[in-house]
Amino acid sequence: MRVVVQDTPFDFGAEAAGFAEGRAVSGAVVTFTGIVRDVDGGLQAMEIEHYPGMTEAALTEIADQAVTRWSLEDALVIHRHGRLDVGEMIMMVATAARHRKDAFEAAEFLMDYLKSRAPFWKREITKDGAEWVAARDEDEDALTRW
Amino acid sequence: MDVLYFAWVRERIGIPREAVETKATTVMDLVDELRGREERYAAAFADITALRVAVDQQLTEFDAPLDGVREVAFFPPMTGG
Repeated sequence: MRVVVQDTPFDFGAEAAGFAEGRAVSGAVVTFTGIVRDVDGGLQAMEIEHYPGMTEAALTEIADQAVTRWSLEDALVIHRHGRLDVGEMIMMVATAARHRKDAFEAAEFLMDYLKSRAPFWKREITKDGAEWVAARDEDEDALTRW
Repeated sequence: MDVLYFAWVRERIGIPREAVETKATTVMDLVDELRGREERYAAAFADITALRVAVDQQLTEFDAPLDGVREVAFFPPMTGG
């Protein structure tokens, strides 16, 4: 299991290939990547603040839970902080399991939990200024299904 | 103990962290103490339902005890992913 928090870009292709390589037990690898999107055409950048120390601990705890619950062979979480341009990758998760259902479910669990239980705060920068992204009720509600 | 602020809580209070001498026994006591300091604290802690708290880097509730605690952090609901 690997948890990475960094302010620099990551190479999604290399990370995904490296994660999938040499899996003898796992028949299924799922990856998910989140990208800075510009819905209204006015976004200039995204700034992500985090809580050094707690971030790594929280992500590790969430990934540990996923590994245990879905008997994963491995899990990977990479999350960026700092300033990101539109189109840049914010984060990725990867899961390796014997069967695809476990790999998919574990990846969704990781996403749901790191959205509202890992200490990151997004701020959108537009030409009109900067605004903190408000947490959505749906994201909190999503946790109840686990 | 060290008290940390993140995101708009940090902006409203104007500093990212500070050392606080306190006899507060729970997080809520500490919040009340900070509220009484200055307007910027009162504004940041006006509605604690809009806030989350971590004690020694573990998410917790506002009634959590502060006995032996080294670090308390206040921040809005998280928006990772």
